Amino acid sequence: MSTFDVSRGSTPTTGRRRAVGRSATGDAPNRRNTELLMLAFALAIPMLAYANVGLAMDGSLPVGMLKFGLGMAVLALAAHLAVRRFAPYADPLLLPLATLLNGLGVVMIWRLDKAGKLLRLNFPAAGNQLMWSGLGVAMFIGVVILLKDHRILQRYTYISMVVALVLLAAPAFFPSRPEDYGAKIWIRFGSFSIQPGEFAKIILTVFFAGFLMVKKDALALASRKFMGLYLPRGRDLGPIVVVWLLSILILVFETDLGTSFLFFGLFVVMLYVATERTSWIVFGLTMSLGGAAVVASAEPHVKTRINAWLDPMAAFGPKPPSQSSEQIGQTLMSLGSGGTIGTGLGQGRSWLIQFAAKSDFILGSFGEELGLTGLMALFMVYGLVVQRGLRTSLAARDPFGKLLAVGLSSAFALQVFVVAGGVTGLIPLTGMTMPFLAQGGSSVVANWALIAILMKISDTARRPAVEPAAAIPEPAGPGRLPATGPGAPDESRGATS
Amino acid sequence: MNKPIRRVSIFCLVLILALMLRVNWVQGVQASAWANNPHNDRTKYDRYAYPRGNIIAGGQAVTRSDFVNGLRYKYKRSWVDGPMYAPVTGYSSQTYDASQLEKLEDGILSGADSRLFFRNTLDMLTGKPKQGGDVVTTIDPKVQKAGFEGLGDKKGAAVALDPRTGAILGLVSTPSYDPGTFSGGTKDDENAWKALNDDPNKPLLNRALRETYPPGSTFKLVTAATAFENGKYQKPTDATDTPNPYVLPGTSTALRNASATEPCENATVQVAMDYSCNTVFGKMGAELGGDKLRAQAEKFGFNSDQLRIPIAPTPSYFPKDSKPDGTAMDAIGQHDTRATPLQMAMVAAAIANNGSLMEPYLVAQEGSAGNVISTHTEHQLSQAVSPATAQKLQQLMESVVQNGTGTKAKIPGATVGGKTGTAQHGQDNAGLPFAWFVSYAKGQDGKQVAVAVVVEDGDSERNEISGGSLAAPIAKAMMQAALGK
Repeated sequence: MSTFDVSRGSTPTTGRRRAVGRSATGDAPNRRNTELLMLAFALAIPMLAYANVGLAMDGSLPVGMLKFGLGMAVLALAAHLAVRRFAPYADPLLLPLATLLNGLGVVMIWRLDKAGKLLRLNFPAAGNQLMWSGLGVAMFIGVVILLKDHRILQRYTYISMVVALVLLAAPAFFPSRPEDYGAKIWIRFGSFSIQPGEFAKIILTVFFAGFLMVKKDALALASRKFMGLYLPRGRDLGPIVVVWLLSILILVFETDLGTSFLFFGLFVVMLYVATERTSWIVFGLTMSLGGAAVVASAEPHVKTRINAWLDPMAAFGPKPPSQSSEQIGQTLMSLGSGGTIGTGLGQGRSWLIQFAAKSDFILGSFGEELGLTGLMALFMVYGLVVQRGLRTSLAARDPFGKLLAVGLSSAFALQVFVVAGGVTGLIPLTGMTMPFLAQGGSSVVANWALIAILMKISDTARRPAVEPAAAIPEPAGPGRLPATGPGAPDESRGATS
Repeated sequence: MNKPIRRVSIFCLVLILALMLRVNWVQGVQASAWANNPHNDRTKYDRYAYPRGNIIAGGQAVTRSDFVNGLRYKYKRSWVDGPMYAPVTGYSSQTYDASQLEKLEDGILSGADSRLFFRNTLDMLTGKPKQGGDVVTTIDPKVQKAGFEGLGDKKGAAVALDPRTGAILGLVSTPSYDPGTFSGGTKDDENAWKALNDDPNKPLLNRALRETYPPGSTFKLVTAATAFENGKYQKPTDATDTPNPYVLPGTSTALRNASATEPCENATVQVAMDYSCNTVFGKMGAELGGDKLRAQAEKFGFNSDQLRIPIAPTPSYFPKDSKPDGTAMDAIGQHDTRATPLQMAMVAAAIANNGSLMEPYLVAQEGSAGNVISTHTEHQLSQAVSPATAQKLQQLMESVVQNGTGTKAKIPGATVGGKTGTAQHGQDNAGLPFAWFVSYAKGQDGKQVAVAVVVEDGDSERNEISGGSLAAPIAKAMMQAALGK
């Protein structure tokens, strides 16, 4: 899958020859046909899963089979055509991977709807999820078309900061419902609600990337050495302390362990990439662990989560601790009952998880019905998304693009880890959703936007740079001149490694 | 800045790898622990996910699986002649778990047993619907029916064994219950379950295996066995040196017989057994001593909690530290001696089988016809008494039926031996006594059966209850059914 990159990176001569060939014909090879083929697989797998659920639960092919298949195919094809036209050199795997995850998520939600209908447990959600997927793909297409170049985002660095702060602070002012189990992560207007954290994730990454690109030299070079660590100057420390305080505040006022962990982790990663200083990681981890320890000992909600992690079966005991829930224990039993190969779609009983089975705990259903095998495959798909994003970051020629791509990819990875780790009992549970799989409109739309931005960065990075018009004027060294073309990453690689 | 990006990339891979390791741990290493966790309701649903295997008696299934097609439960258990077979099958309820064979053989019945793996896989490949395996019992429906109908609406229990093999031919407990009334999950099932649990007559109690009664005079068989085994008497016609009444050692309490006119003074062992003389066996027991009696009782199976048929019966009890006057009472099956009906049937079976006590068993075979997973192999539990002693005891028991208190158990064309018992119980023996009859019968074709029947206090007048009149006819009916007479 990465032959294109490898050949370009390892043998400059080949790369140069290719570049020459491209400019000569004006018909540079891209990977759109590969993407189309992969998309066919990404559509076929959820379709088969859909048929499988129907056959297992009703003994016949589901009535909505054609509608579901056509709907998914139209969405995927529209996205593909937009990419073909507006980001022809983008990474060929990201779109099929996202389509696969989104499709499987809809199928699983539909399958849980069916169980819910029989049990009269909850409202159907698959239709809504499909609608949100449509909006998500529309968002994807919108970003691909309207965002001419990702470097435009750099102009909005400080506006992004303000918007992100507003989005993050907003849920604290809205009342939480009893069924939210104390987490305040929603903005509600009547029956409509959005989870601003999902969007804030992207907007904050834009801010971090823009801010760090300007400040990285100051942060990296002007520091004092103390006990073998390079400590930042007080004035550079300012924004870091602000982010730290922000994540602590989110933790306290919105009792949202996941989001605060995600943001702080994201910031530490980007800081490290920008400054190339290991001491920043030590510094960042110390701050986050210190803050988390203080809050965890004071905040009952966080304490409950940690206790539930240490003893997931306590909620089943004769005297369950207050505010405890059976979810983690139920999920673990789901996973265990699934075993190595799972029960088969439609044949498990993961509806026993009940509350949030379709959203935060949807991995439990996948684990039970597709087994260890299925979960390993899903983690592989998530891993691929992350690695394609990081590959894009490596290939990007401008520091802003590098930072943005590494930030978005690692945010995605951290979110997957925090959610899946929480659900499987590896770490304490936090209220976040599995990207693309889980029920939730905000999450689907925001993650499609994330994929779109990554693809735009990768399009710019892999585009054979012939037309000077494509270049946005930027203050850069000779190594970053677009005119150097594919050779540039090799030079920067050589300089840093 | 590519070097840190590569490091971040490795870090992200480590995160994904950690998740993979974690799911391998949960779904691989810990999988069966989570799957079988007592809080995992799937185990309950799995029991009814497809047709459960049947429990079979005399070639006929006494259970069924009804297709109800719920999301939680696909099938529901029901029983043929539920009340009659409930002491054998137990219940299997969606809400209230399961008991006895339904519980103990659940692996076979539900098809989850690993020994069924091959067949299940084959069924899956050939497209046959999955099904549980069958459990073939040793129960003879005719014997079971004779016991159940004989007890009727009286409270009590009956056990019939084949002395030569240990096969349990009948296992009856009354009043019984219909397990089908609470096998589902509806309000009706809940009400039925509550009513059964609140019933003062305890219909859910399996009296044949799980209730211990004072065995009364039937225990005199064990006392006589101890006397012969220890050489205190050589033959049934040996006279005993017994006053009437007999004053319990170390006390001034006189032990009397049922009637002062009975020829119990200095009676032979034979006459004492015919008339069930308390004085003779009380004195015999006191002279033999508690240790010898207990050793003999334990050879018959008392004081052991090891027996599994596969249901675990409540252990029968012969006391350890009784004083001499207590031992005299223990020896006639009163005081602290307690026995289950199964235990007394084992005593009769060992005597009938020339002293060899075969381990009782209820499950002859696991797996359906043509696909047998396991077959019971008979084996001896102990040599309870020597063959010579067994012969003498048979002589005593046969005389009881010919000349003594057990004449109502006579069966034409068969050799029948028996012993009646009327056990006092309650504060100052105020409760209505338990009527016992313990017996065996041998047909001319070599068929054998050993039976123990106990009838609890019913509506009869106290002095009319006796093993001979209440329990013996039930035992006779069961023996006749077993011998095919």
